[in-house]
Amino acid sequence: MTTEQPALVVDHLTKRFGDRTAFSDVSFEVAQGEVFGFLGPNGAGKTTTVRTLGTLIAPTSGTATVAGIPLTSANGVEIRQRISVMPESPGLYLRLTVTENLEFFAGLYGVREAGSRISEALEAVNLSKRAGDLCGGLSKGLRQRVGLARALLSDPVIMFLDEPTSGLDPVAAREVHDLINVLRQKGVTIFLTTHRLDEAERLCDRVAILNTTLRTVGRPSELRQQLFTNALVVKTIGPLHDPAGLFTATPGVLGWRSDDAGAYVLSVADPRVAAPEVARALVGVGADILSISEAQHSLEDVYLELVDEDVEARKR
Amino acid sequence: MMALDLSRVAAVVRKELRDYRRKRSIVVGMLILPAIFLIEPVLFVFLGAPDPVGDPSYRAPLLLLLLIPVITPSTLAAYSVAGEREQGTLEPLLTTPIRQLEFILGKAAAVMIPSLGLSYLVFGVYLLVVRLFANPVVAAGIFNEGPMLLALFLFTPLLTGWAIVVGLAVSVRAGEIRVAQQLGMIASLPPLGVVVLMVVGVIAPTFTAALVFAALLLAVDILALRGISGLFDRERLVTGSKASRS
Repeated sequence: MTTEQPALVVDHLTKRFGDRTAFSDVSFEVAQGEVFGFLGPNGAGKTTTVRTLGTLIAPTSGTATVAGIPLTSANGVEIRQRISVMPESPGLYLRLTVTENLEFFAGLYGVREAGSRISEALEAVNLSKRAGDLCGGLSKGLRQRVGLARALLSDPVIMFLDEPTSGLDPVAAREVHDLINVLRQKGVTIFLTTHRLDEAERLCDRVAILNTTLRTVGRPSELRQQLFTNALVVKTIGPLHDPAGLFTATPGVLGWRSDDAGAYVLSVADPRVAAPEVARALVGVGADILSISEAQHSLEDVYLELVDEDVEARKR
Repeated sequence: MMALDLSRVAAVVRKELRDYRRKRSIVVGMLILPAIFLIEPVLFVFLGAPDPVGDPSYRAPLLLLLLIPVITPSTLAAYSVAGEREQGTLEPLLTTPIRQLEFILGKAAAVMIPSLGLSYLVFGVYLLVVRLFANPVVAAGIFNEGPMLLALFLFTPLLTGWAIVVGLAVSVRAGEIRVAQQLGMIASLPPLGVVVLMVVGVIAPTFTAALVFAALLLAVDILALRGISGLFDRERLVTGSKASRS
């Protein structure tokens, strides 16, 4: 794989199980070294997409290139050699120790100098002291870390992480986030499936939202801009006497609504132009201004907006 | 022809043997059945008729000994895939570069090694007991059953192979380990019919018969192994349905 080549190219990929469509006509690219978030509600086809790109199941139609190799059943072994997949449940052999679990997978990947690779992987997930423990005796968070160590063993080009922080406490989740950041710095491409939108927003360079079909792909900031009009949030001490008269007459303000007593959300074409005009207008009517700020939409707002659109469309 | 990476097969074998060793129910199950099947043949040695030469009832204990290479591997093989699925370890395993054939061979070898070892051990213990402690007339009668002893020696790995193939096939399809083990055990029994026919004298127990039936069992094992390889398709293992591509 050359350095310019994307790590992952997905082109009109579809998977059906009989009459049921798991995902349809999905196309996107992931650059090398990118942390790519894959979001969607339950049953949206995220896990099936990961399984398809991980060569566990064959697509019904469409093409993909994974780590520079065309996704075909003949290329399965070669692709799997270059990637690692961590499913939502780490799937460890509970009667084996942490080291024995890793030895097994090192053997399957043909890892050279397995002993030192295992030590490095355990060190990366801060588990060196538990190397001799049976996996059955570890907490869920520690098992998740063993799963991550296993994913690191083969030095993969792409890591598919399916809900890596599911069920973890905040401290353990933060450690996983730190590890993802370390991997990003090393140039590993990460395909992150998650329900945690704050996690996606914090970690991912770009995100895709899937709901059987791909609803959108982009940087979180771009998606916010695409989906939501610019807005200003105005707060005053006490409600305004005539907000309708005031805001409709203010240049640059396209519309307004009251959120609460003394809180107003104004739709504006350009916040940088509208904000001084609004301030002047408020001062002009003698309002006591508490704050004027640009409205911030989270990735969660984007996600809910798109998923709600789908729910509404299905109702119709 | 796909290249076969024996180190991956060995990794599966090592892991399986470690896993069996630490699961007490497997170890106890493996040891109890052969011990039970050894009791009757040994008692027969001491309580049997004084003039055994030509008496077909002296072949019956050998049939019991041949239950060991059928029952021991069938329970282990039935556990091998159903157990992975139940533990949630199957999917991570299938995301590695292991090939279908390496996976099957690793699983099969991990069952074959202890089953075969145990079967021949029990077989050896039985013959040793006969040689050391049995009435010399009885011992001579048993050692005179050359064709049956050859059949025992040859059929043991072949019946083990059959039980493994059947057990693996059941294991892929079964939803639960216990169901897989019960079905696997029942489905492994039919080839023992040949031994029954030899014991009761319907098929004359000759060296030729032992060799012919061993060759037939080998052919059946190979065909069955080829037959089940389609069941180990990754998509079928993960989703339960066969891959389809338009």
